[in-house]
Amino acid sequence: MSQLPTPDREQLRARYPDIFEPPAAARLATPVMALCAFGVFVFGLIDLDFSPTKLLSGLHQLGWITLMMIPPDPGSSLPLYLKALGETLSIALLGTTIAAIFALPVSLLAAKNIVPSNILRFPVRRFLDSIRGVDTLIWALVWINVVGLGPFAGVLAIAVSDFGAFGKLFSEAIEAADRKQVEGIRASGGSALHEIRFGLMPQVLPVIAGQVLYFIESNTRSATIIGIVGAGGIGLQLAEQIRVLEWQKVSFLILMILVAVAAIDWISGKLRFAIIGQRAVV
Amino acid sequence: MTTAVSILPSQQLALLNETYRKAVARKRLRLTFGAALFFAALVIAAIGAEVNLRTFFSYFGNFVSYFSRILTLESGAWVWTDVGEWFWGWHKWLKMLGETVLISYVGTLIGAVLAFALNFFAAENTSPAPWLRFIMRRLLEFARTVPGIVFALIFVIAFGLGPMAGVLAVAIHSTGALGKQFSEIVENADMKPVEGVRSTGASWISCMRFAVLPQVMAGYASYALLRFEINVREASVMGFVGAGGIGQELVVAIRKFYYSDVSAILVTIIVTVFIIDILTGWLRSRLFGKEART
Repeated sequence: MSQLPTPDREQLRARYPDIFEPPAAARLATPVMALCAFGVFVFGLIDLDFSPTKLLSGLHQLGWITLMMIPPDPGSSLPLYLKALGETLSIALLGTTIAAIFALPVSLLAAKNIVPSNILRFPVRRFLDSIRGVDTLIWALVWINVVGLGPFAGVLAIAVSDFGAFGKLFSEAIEAADRKQVEGIRASGGSALHEIRFGLMPQVLPVIAGQVLYFIESNTRSATIIGIVGAGGIGLQLAEQIRVLEWQKVSFLILMILVAVAAIDWISGKLRFAIIGQRAVV
Repeated sequence: MTTAVSILPSQQLALLNETYRKAVARKRLRLTFGAALFFAALVIAAIGAEVNLRTFFSYFGNFVSYFSRILTLESGAWVWTDVGEWFWGWHKWLKMLGETVLISYVGTLIGAVLAFALNFFAAENTSPAPWLRFIMRRLLEFARTVPGIVFALIFVIAFGLGPMAGVLAVAIHSTGALGKQFSEIVENADMKPVEGVRSTGASWISCMRFAVLPQVMAGYASYALLRFEINVREASVMGFVGAGGIGQELVVAIRKFYYSDVSAILVTIIVTVFIIDILTGWLRSRLFGKEART
């Protein structure tokens, strides 16, 4: 019968002082950080005018609103809403496609393995970052000033804000590509353009296609909201119905959005599987 | 060193070539078909979205000149020639910006706490009952799919104008998004410690606390920080519907054509987003650098 060796506490303590007696800084770090986080949270609650009475009356109101939402009912404007939903889907599809087309060449400029010079790459990256720093809704407002109210402004807003995101994602995909195939093309006498076309693109395109599909899906969500500022789509109807307190129509519109997003989710999931294969998706 | 390349007899070669050509042709046909389908969808979408290239090209000058206008002061000089005049309202804007960051901080924290409480019920391997998991998942999906600003629109009516509606909208949306991400981390966690803890007769809560939590905590914090960064961007537009933050100032400036104000506010937003981006990135590498490296 075997017996576990009895550990000698003193000896262990001498050997691993860090574990038995961690320095005060390490021991205090977590509670202090948690306390700081909580302090800022409380300050935020006070600064942002949170009060229990306001919260309670608000919840009471919200309860009423929810009750009034049932059952969802489009009234007589179902065809109008369906058209608006179609508009939203169109905005998402077109905006994402335009963004992807323009982002591909720019992302090459932002990739480390294609443009080794920091001087050229840095401004391109910062440019993409600043585009990304501005929300889609702000872009929608800007484009409304330029091309007027309507879904076209929405398409352009989605296209511009996705351009920034795609530029970054694509360049990361390109940087992650395998060098060996590019070197193979060069060894057989290909030019720089050949290297990109035959060495990089076959590796990168499936990844990019997956990302574009994912963005079409997430843009269906963004496209529903840019209508709130007047850039077309179902958001316009939604904001209007909320303003005139037609809660049954509001809940119907929200349901429509949920169903549409779920449908796009399902379709793009299938397509992604078909393009990249099961392994890459997981 | 010489290597011999074996050359197949022409009959065999022809057969192989034929098969190769057929395989390629099939692939090309499928690709062409897919491209045609996609193109048709695009055309339909273009009609649906009332795309008008003529207006686009005739107004594109507007877009360029819009940027030159927002970069011009009222006196006609470029904005960077007189920074004091450009950022004349910096005091007010910084205050609003602080409010924006606070909205997203408080919203993210509430969302993270709620997501933390709910995600164990939504994860496949830790949920106590299938029906509970189903309900939880649908609930999180709902919170995630309805855009934050739609919640804000409704909350503004229920809770009144002000940052509180914005905070709650951010919180609900974050709960949905984080709940999903958290539960995915839990699903990837190793289940052996859970079995170990359960074999000592521990309750479900102790199992979660002592077996699952130590594995997933780092991932949680990392996702919550990322969400905070995203929420700053989202909170910057909450003001569009009256839910507090810098968006209020921005929408007034854009609608009333206070050109140089627009660019000044945009610059402050972009700089803030950059700073938060860098800070959270630093914090994440600081907190989880050790785990990531191993």
